[in-house]
Amino acid sequence: MRRLKHPGRFGLLPGFGLTLGITLAFLGVLVILPFAALTLRSLQMSPGDFQRILTDPRVLASFRVTFLAALGAACVSGLFGFVVAWTLTRYPFPGRRLVDALIDLPFALPTAVSGIALTALYAPNGWLGSRLEPLGIKIAYTPAGIMTALIFIGFPFVVRTLQPALADLEEEYEEAAASLGANRWQTFLKVIFPSVLPALLTGITMAFARALGEYGSVVFISGNMPYRTEIVPLLIITRLEQFDYTGATVLAVAMLGASFALLLAANLIQWRLTRYAYERS
Amino acid sequence: MNMPVSETSRGKVSRLKATGDPSWVRAVCIGLTLGFIALMLLLPMIVVFTEAFRKGLHVYLAAITEADARAAIRLTLLAAGIAVPLNTLFGLAAGWCIARFRFPGRNFLTAMIDLPFSVSPVVAGLLFVLLFGSGGLLAAAARWAGIQVLFAVPGIVLATMFVTLPFVARELIALIQEQGDEEEMAAMVLGANGLQTFWRVTLPNIRWGLLYGMILCNARAMGEFGAVSVVSGHIRGVTNTLPLHVEILFNEYNFAASFAAASLLTVLALVTLVIKTLIEWREQYKTSTDVLES
Repeated sequence: MRRLKHPGRFGLLPGFGLTLGITLAFLGVLVILPFAALTLRSLQMSPGDFQRILTDPRVLASFRVTFLAALGAACVSGLFGFVVAWTLTRYPFPGRRLVDALIDLPFALPTAVSGIALTALYAPNGWLGSRLEPLGIKIAYTPAGIMTALIFIGFPFVVRTLQPALADLEEEYEEAAASLGANRWQTFLKVIFPSVLPALLTGITMAFARALGEYGSVVFISGNMPYRTEIVPLLIITRLEQFDYTGATVLAVAMLGASFALLLAANLIQWRLTRYAYERS
Repeated sequence: MNMPVSETSRGKVSRLKATGDPSWVRAVCIGLTLGFIALMLLLPMIVVFTEAFRKGLHVYLAAITEADARAAIRLTLLAAGIAVPLNTLFGLAAGWCIARFRFPGRNFLTAMIDLPFSVSPVVAGLLFVLLFGSGGLLAAAARWAGIQVLFAVPGIVLATMFVTLPFVARELIALIQEQGDEEEMAAMVLGANGLQTFWRVTLPNIRWGLLYGMILCNARAMGEFGAVSVVSGHIRGVTNTLPLHVEILFNEYNFAASFAAASLLTVLALVTLVIKTLIEWREQYKTSTDVLES
């Protein structure tokens, strides 16, 4: 049976050498060589360079802004993403398929366009900004503006990872909970929510990881004030414009390290939670 | 005649009570969803078109037909015109060898294909600056070949290809794997050669998934901002893509022209969404009829 499943190994299906060659050639030029260049550049620097650049107060401030805004945006995305995914999978309403198709707009819309559109909305003289200003609420050119852009970019990740998980829930479990005397709220808290929690956390982590590196949609609305609303990707660009390749590389390595650690953590969370759910059932 | 009807309706009512939600919960959820979508997705789109046409149709038309805008559109079409076909070729090759064969390093290869999705666009651009900039691994080779990569079209194409590399491949690896190889084996056994098998069996089976990957790849290729911004050097009329053109006009407070250029990209995004949704509906329909037939 195994022979039939993977016949390529035994030489019946052709094209292995050719397709693997093409794949490796593309990956070599586009992924391996660029990362080799980054590794080489970082090996040429001393640990002192890393320490000096990463402990600079302006750099530390930008890491704090980027990290906190991304985290806050991911949590808000998680909350609204849950409500949207829940509504779309459970409650029929006119225009539901249209709304469902629109969820992917932030994936399809170029980030520069979302950036200027959100800025035009929330700037002090903008459509919403001018109405919020008398209330003392400022969104554009503050960390709240950065968060708004990151929620726009991040919430589709939450919706799209939750939808299949919510759709896969068997109605029998809810019926069983109800017949055992649970009310609807208890059923939600003890039956539904725990089974979609891994998907929710995965979606939030994906939104968070994307938000950490986001540049185009943030850079217009943030105002880019050093120490207050300057994000790390912008700092990398500033360093590059000054031909400070060392500084840019250190920041890039730190960001790559953060996002890989995050992906690892996400995989661990998912693995632990699914195992926990499996053992409990 | 009356009895069964009343019984089924009673059955329905009791089911609703057990696992349905109170109507106020439904109303609040639907209201929150619609409000959030209107605020987050519809309003920004409306802003783009309103601002673009604020100064009238002739200003709009002038903004998208002036020389720099035309150069930017041309460059965006060129970069996508190179990146999308090449990444489609890559996706087909990667899909075939990863989904159809088992070999050492296969999982590592799959992880490497996904890598561009987890890298910040700005870092992606930086990678190519380090590769081709002064002291870079390929700087001497490029100079020897007489090719200007950074702040020129080749750099823009490379950065675009990097950020869009996974789109087609990811789609096809999953799809080809899911389809199984029985039909291809049958074709081979019946005497088709490799190319015939690919054209007549594999390609027809994966064409919708292929199109799906390609339009997403194209949308990102035409809209990429961060990575291209790092390698382009922002030379007007020469290395400005359409998203970079939007940025420059916006920073010059030329909002009408900036939003006019942005409206073109918004139309592109909407067309992409429509095609994507149509393919998804088609596939859902197909799988549901498949289930019915089996």
